Amino acid sequence: MKKLLMGNEAIAYGAVRAGVGLVCGYPGTPSTEVLETVAKLKAKGEINDVYVEWSVNEKSALEVAAGAAYSGVRCLVTMKQVGLNVASDPLMSLEYVGVKGGTVILVADDPGPISSQTEQDTRKFGEFSKVPVFDPSSPEEAYLMIADAFELSEKYGTPVFFRPTTRICHANASIELLPPLPKKQPEGFIKDSSRWVIFPRLSFANHKKIEERNADLRNILSDYKYNEITGSGEKGIAAGGVSVSYAKEALSLINGSCKFMKIATPFPFPEKAALEFLKGLKEVLVYEELDPVIEKELTYICGKYHLNVEIKGKLTGDAPCAGENGTENAKEIFSKFLGLPAPETISQPDIPLPVRPPTLCAGCPHRASFYAVKLAMKGRKAVFAGDIGCYTLGNAMPLDMTDTCLCMGAGITIAQGIKHAEPDTVCFSFTGDSTFFHTGLPGIANAVYNGVKMTAVILDNSTTAMTGHQPNPSTGKRAAGEVAEKIDIERVLLALGVKCVKTVDPLKLDEAVEAVKEAADTDGVSAVIFRSPCIAVVKPLPVLAVDRDKCINCKKCIREIGCPAIVKDDGKVKIDKTLCYGCGLCSYICPVKAIGVKEGEKNV
Amino acid sequence: MYNVLLAGVGGQGTVLASKIIASCAMKKGENAHTAETIGMAQRGGSVVSHVRIGEGCYSPLIPKGSADVIIGFEPGEAVRVLPYLKKGGAVVVSSAAVKPVTDSLSDSGYDGNKMLSYLKEKNIDVTVVDGEKITDELGSAKSLNIALLGAAAKKGIIDISINDIEEYIKTSLKPQFCEINLKALALGASFV
Ligand code: SF4
Ligand code: SF4
Repeated sequence: MKKLLMGNEAIAYGAVRAGVGLVCGYPGTPSTEVLETVAKLKAKGEINDVYVEWSVNEKSALEVAAGAAYSGVRCLVTMKQVGLNVASDPLMSLEYVGVKGGTVILVADDPGPISSQTEQDTRKFGEFSKVPVFDPSSPEEAYLMIADAFELSEKYGTPVFFRPTTRICHANASIELLPPLPKKQPEGFIKDSSRWVIFPRLSFANHKKIEERNADLRNILSDYKYNEITGSGEKGIAAGGVSVSYAKEALSLINGSCKFMKIATPFPFPEKAALEFLKGLKEVLVYEELDPVIEKELTYICGKYHLNVEIKGKLTGDAPCAGENGTENAKEIFSKFLGLPAPETISQPDIPLPVRPPTLCAGCPHRASFYAVKLAMKGRKAVFAGDIGCYTLGNAMPLDMTDTCLCMGAGITIAQGIKHAEPDTVCFSFTGDSTFFHTGLPGIANAVYNGVKMTAVILDNSTTAMTGHQPNPSTGKRAAGEVAEKIDIERVLLALGVKCVKTVDPLKLDEAVEAVKEAADTDGVSAVIFRSPCIAVVKPLPVLAVDRDKCINCKKCIREIGCPAIVKDDGKVKIDKTLCYGCGLCSYICPVKAIGVKEGEKNV
Repeated sequence: MYNVLLAGVGGQGTVLASKIIASCAMKKGENAHTAETIGMAQRGGSVVSHVRIGEGCYSPLIPKGSADVIIGFEPGEAVRVLPYLKKGGAVVVSSAAVKPVTDSLSDSGYDGNKMLSYLKEKNIDVTVVDGEKITDELGSAKSLNIALLGAAAKKGIIDISINDIEEYIKTSLKPQFCEINLKALALGASFV
C-alpha cells in the first residue's frame, strides 16, 4: 500500500531501506524531519540496529559520521545549507581522506530563502569540495535516489551530497515502500595510518585520484537513469531539482514542446549526456534555482567542443538570479523562449490585506525575557545582539529588541565587537539554549579570555523550538527520547570564568528586571539565564481576562508587549481565550491591575 | 486531477486538514500530493497547504488559476490566495477573522466582513461557515479545520464524503479528540 510521506520522511525511509547504520545531524529548516523520522522509527523499536543522534552542531555531526564511516558503517548526516558552512572544515578534509561505509551528507537548500539567512547553493559546495551531488526532483525520486547515493559513495570511497530543496523536503507524496536492500556487515575500524591520518603527502596523492575519479564520473553519471533527455526540436530547456517539476507543469499548461534535459547529478556534471542533449540544438534555456550551475557547465561544454549553441539563463538575464522558481515564472520564461503567446496574467486581489509578520507565540517566555531587559535598560545606551531561533522574532515591534542577527552563535561575539567600537554602550547578546551549545561556547570563552564587559543572556526554554522542538544538551533527552544527563548551563558559564551568573524566571518580571540590572553593572562578562519552558512543551496555565470595569483603555498592554492574545474588540481591550497561555506577563504591565485570572475561566 | 488550496494563519490546523483530504483520496486508490508551509511563518504568519489529487500534477504547488477549491480558514487569507482559484472554482470560508498583532498596534482597520463581501462581489461560489459559532459551540477553535472540511464535503466539491472524514476521525485521531471533531464535522456540514 502507498503511504503519504513528506519528502524528508521519504528520504529517511529510503536511507533506512539502503541499510543506514548511523544518522546524525543538527536541526535546521527545511532538513529537520529527515532525522526526526529516523528517531521516531527508532523510538518505536522498528530499527534497533540504527544509531541516531542530534549532535550539538553540524561539524560534530559530520565528524561522528566520519568515524563510523571509517569503520564501514553507512552514515547519513543531515543539516540545512548554512549548517554546511559549520561542517565545512571536516568536509573539505574528509573528501581527501575518503570513507569506507557509504556516507551521504543531506544538505537541504532553501531557495527564496523561506527560512534561512542565505540563498547559497550546495551544488557549488560540491564542486568546491569535490564531493559528488545528487539533486532529487520530487519526493518519490528522493526515496529511491538516496540508495544510489549510498551505493556511489561506497563504491568510490567518497562522501556524497544529497541536496533536496524546501519544496521537496516539505512536499508530501504517495509512496510505495519497498523491501530493504541487502545489507553488508560493517568491517569495523581497521588501523591504517597511511589511510586515516591526513598528511600533505596523502592529500597530494589523493587529490590526483579525486580529480581523475570526478573526470570519470562525468562519463559514468551520463548514463545515470535520473539524468534524462526527452523531447526534440532546435530549442532545449535544461533543469535540475524541483525546477524540473515546475518546468513540466508549465510546459503542459502552455502546450510547449522542446528538447528537455533533467540533471540529477549537477556535480560531476554528466558531460556525455549533455553533449547528446546539445546535439542539433540552436538555443538552450537553463531553468534552475540559486546559482547558475547547470548554465555554466553547459556554456563550458559548448566552448570545449566548439558548439554553436546559445545558452541562456541567469547569466544572460533570461531567468531571475535570486528567489525561488515556480510554475508561474516557468510559464512566462518558457513562453518567451519558445515564441508562444504570453500567458494570461493573474491579477492580485485589489483590496488591502492584513499584514502578518511571524510573531512570538502568545505566552512565549522570550517575550517576557526581552521585555525585562528592555525595562532594565530604559534610558541607557544599549545594544542587543540577537541570534538564530524563534527569538529572532524579538526584533518585531513593539519589543524591538534584536539589533543584529548574523549566524548561529554570532550574537555573543558581535556584542564584543560592538563593545570594542563603542565602549560606552551596554552590550547584550541573546542566545537560545540549543544555539548556546551549537556555537555559543567559544564566544563566551573569547569574551572571558579577552576581558570584555558584556552580558550574555541565555534564553533557556528547554527545547530547540523554531525547528519543531528537538531535544538538546540542556533538555535531558536524546533524539529518540532516551533520558540524557542534562548539561547545566549555569555551571558551564561558571566553569568558563563568567563571574556573575543569574538564573531567573522571566515571567516573574520584577525579579527578572533586577537580575538584568545587576548583571549589566557587573565588571567583565556576566550572564543572565532566563529559564522558562517553551509553551509547546508545557501545559497552559489558566487564561487571564481584562476586567472591563477596571480597564481604563489606555492600551498599555498592547503597546508594550504585542502578545497576539491581546486584541481589540470594538475599540476595547480583550484577551482572546483561545490564544492566551496564561503566562501572566500582561498582568504586570496594566497600570490599574485590570488583568487577572478570572474565576472559572478555562483554557481552551 | 483536482486541486484544493487551504489557507489560514499559523496554528489553525491547515496541515491536518490537508492530510485528511489526501489520506481519504488515497484510500480510494488515488495518488495524492500535498505541500505545507513549515518554519518561521508557522508563528502567526500566513500559511497555505496545497493538495493535489490524481494524475498529471508535476509541481508540488498548485499553479495560480488552477485550484478547484479554496478552503479559507480566515476571510483575509481566503482573499489572499484568490489568484490560485480557477475560473468556476468554489470557496469555503470561515467568517471568523484573526486579527494580526500589527492590527492591535496600529489599527489597520482590518475587517473580516469586508473580505467576505469582496469574495461575494467577485461572483465566486462562496460558502460561509460561521467560525465564531463553531468556536462557541465547541468551546474551542481547534476543530475549525474539521468543520470547514465538513462544509466542503457536504457541498460535494472535494471528492471525499462526510463518511470518509468520519472514518478518518475514528481511526486516525486520538480517541479523546474524536467526539469534538465529529461534532465539528456535523456542525460545519450544517452551513451548506
Ligand atoms: S497572560 Fe497575557 S501576555 Fe500571557 S499569553 Fe495571556 S494574554 Fe498574552
Ligand atoms: S493596560 Fe490595563 S487598563 Fe490599559 S488597556 Fe490594558 S487592561 Fe486596560
